[in-house]
Amino acid sequence: MSLFITILNKKFEFQSHHIHSMNLSELKKGEKAIILSIDESPIRIKLFEMGCIPGEHITLENIAPFGDPIAISVSDYKLSLRLNEAFYIQIQKVSTEQEPQAA
Amino acid sequence: MIIEKKIALIGNPNSGKSTLFNLLTGLNQKTANFPGVTVEKKTGVFQIHAQNGDSLQIEVTDLPGTYSIYPQSPDEEIPLSVLFDKNNSQPPACTILVADASNLKRSLFLCTQIIDLKIPVILALNMMDLVKAKGISINAEKLQEELGIPVISMNALKNQGVDKLKELLLSDVLLKKQGFIDIQEVAGPLLQKASVELGLEDPYIAFQTLVNPRFAKLSGVEQSRIQLFMERNPIKTDSLQAKETLRRYELISQLLTLCVRKPLEESRKNFTNKLDKLLIHKIWGYVFFFGILFMIFQAIFSWSAYPMAFFQEIFGRVGEMINESMPEGVLRDLIVNGIMAGLGGIVIFIPQIALLFMFITLMEDTGYMSRGSFLMDKLMRRFGLNGKSVIPLMSGAACAVPAIMSARTIQNKKERLITILVTPLISCSARIPVYTLIISLVIPSKSIYGINLQGLVLMLLYLLGFIAALGSAWLMNFLIKAKEKSYFVMEMPIYRIPQMRNVIFAMVDKVKIFLFDAGKIIISISIILWVLSTYGPEKKFTEITQKFQTESMHANKKESQELKKRMRAEKLEASYAGIIGKSIEPLIRPMGFDWKIGIALVTSFAAREVFVGTMSTIYSIGQEDTSISGIRDKMLNEKNPKTGLPLFTLAMGISLMLFYAFAMQCMSTVAVVYRETGGWKWPLIQILYMSGLAYAISTLTFQLLK
Repeated sequence: MSLFITILNKKFEFQSHHIHSMNLSELKKGEKAIILSIDESPIRIKLFEMGCIPGEHITLENIAPFGDPIAISVSDYKLSLRLNEAFYIQIQKVSTEQEPQAA
Repeated sequence: MIIEKKIALIGNPNSGKSTLFNLLTGLNQKTANFPGVTVEKKTGVFQIHAQNGDSLQIEVTDLPGTYSIYPQSPDEEIPLSVLFDKNNSQPPACTILVADASNLKRSLFLCTQIIDLKIPVILALNMMDLVKAKGISINAEKLQEELGIPVISMNALKNQGVDKLKELLLSDVLLKKQGFIDIQEVAGPLLQKASVELGLEDPYIAFQTLVNPRFAKLSGVEQSRIQLFMERNPIKTDSLQAKETLRRYELISQLLTLCVRKPLEESRKNFTNKLDKLLIHKIWGYVFFFGILFMIFQAIFSWSAYPMAFFQEIFGRVGEMINESMPEGVLRDLIVNGIMAGLGGIVIFIPQIALLFMFITLMEDTGYMSRGSFLMDKLMRRFGLNGKSVIPLMSGAACAVPAIMSARTIQNKKERLITILVTPLISCSARIPVYTLIISLVIPSKSIYGINLQGLVLMLLYLLGFIAALGSAWLMNFLIKAKEKSYFVMEMPIYRIPQMRNVIFAMVDKVKIFLFDAGKIIISISIILWVLSTYGPEKKFTEITQKFQTESMHANKKESQELKKRMRAEKLEASYAGIIGKSIEPLIRPMGFDWKIGIALVTSFAAREVFVGTMSTIYSIGQEDTSISGIRDKMLNEKNPKTGLPLFTLAMGISLMLFYAFAMQCMSTVAVVYRETGGWKWPLIQILYMSGLAYAISTLTFQLLK
């Protein structure tokens, strides 16, 4: 059993290391990313309809003064959403000039 | 020959849809609610003249802005139920999809959904000026060819392309047979089965019927048939919907690469981003936001005072004229004190409503509104409110009537409802006369540490109203069950210069809604209150009249005036309002009120400030002297019949002020809540909870301070 968990952990570590998978709520201001997927949730279709589709490039443009909500630019416009909604959006960070891509 | 035709406008929010609507219809428009929901339905009429002499009378419905026709809440069912309703005998002959051409993707999403539902549609590429400014080029002919529907370029702001649109409307828009998306490819053999078993011929409509429970209003039999079908063919509706949405966007992307050319690197440092740095800044953002709120507050509190005084003056004059020209009697009294008073009470709100909606439309049209809610969302969410609730709550400090109307900007139903329910708790300007009168009675006018005590109490009352509103909102957040989830996924549109035309139309529209929808109720209540306070059991009334007639025979002019005042006071006491006031005395006794205040509670349901007028009548001050000091002196001398001590003690005064702070003593607010929530359920709940709160707090205060 414990071996299984270790393997699972290893696998997870490996995966997260490999593709930098994170969700949108973890992105910092000014950072860019690509949408990987959106978790199943009541707002999944809504997010799709608003243009948050896998493969889309996004930039975190603004964070409200109390840390929530946030605004991203996606498919040529600005979209605001709450952190608990951003949580469903899985992304892969794209390196910016200031921050060289980690190996 | 005049041919009548119905069309509908649909489009994303901020696509310039209302600009086009205003341009087409001018002031020939009216606003109502869609049946069953409190979503605004705007319809208008315009004419087009054909070359052969025919003219076309077109009725256009402006559908609420939407990103998709997938209904996720009852409100979002509206566009679909107008465009695609089997039971609708007269569906629109054609739909115009207004698209922000500078951001075509999301508009095409909606557009292709409509194409797939086999609804005739014209695509109007609006805001072509922005497209040029961004350096984008759109091949409209290619788009038309690929989509198979008429496509026109236009700029509604500058009235460009509108003639071409009208020309298109002269002929019938042909229905496209082929859908945009191949739904069979998404849903597989399921649809063929549905076609055979359920008789749903069109594959896309079959798909929607299956995956979307809100899609079409089906009869019970149809529903159970579909349910049976679904049990035999279990599918994951959510993932099918997602699959369709993604496939649709994929096809749209392909289409866009064919028809739209964009500059390679769009300059990120555009105007909107620069302005956002300032307007949603953690310090300057709030400075600006509260600056605007303060200006709105000033406007509806003090700027509107001039036009309001003007209306009051006019109504006073007209009342006087009627008074002089008509013979004394019931009819004159009804017209002057019943109807005219009611009408005066309605028009008095016009300046406040117009001013508030001027600011709101400016905020929405410039794109600032979404920034304001972005700043306030986190704070207001804790209380079950919305970032946009700040505007109604703040405006409520001037007047709850326009404030409640402004809650329309809140899309989420539950958040809007809570905002409507708690806004009247904020101390409005009509409470000031009541507060000032009672403060001057029971609070000594002295300063402690340089702070004027009377001013301090007034401020505390305002603060209390605000706390009560937020507290009640927090409680209601638990009590009211939401049918839809609160989400904040919303577009932050680019900043634009507002259109004066849109602003003026919005002001006119809101004033019209108030006058005609809420006005009816206000007049009715006003007449009822008039009847209650002028009529009473006949025997008693004749007695009073006879008594004063005999007395006034020997009186000189000054004395007879004094007698008239006293007669008025006695008649009010004998009236039905007086009887109600007296009979509720045991009920209001715990709050420290006597029957005289009981009468004032009844009459001031019209509006809180009526309290002062009623008090002056009861104490027979006479109408020419309604100054607060006159009433105050009379009230100061009032003794409690049981104890012989002054009636207006500190305990009673504070209890009375708290009662007016919390109780729903305003028929105009009731009327507006009725109109805004579309029924009597919520206004009644509101009256009950506010009166209950007022009663409990006043009783507690009086019993503790006594």
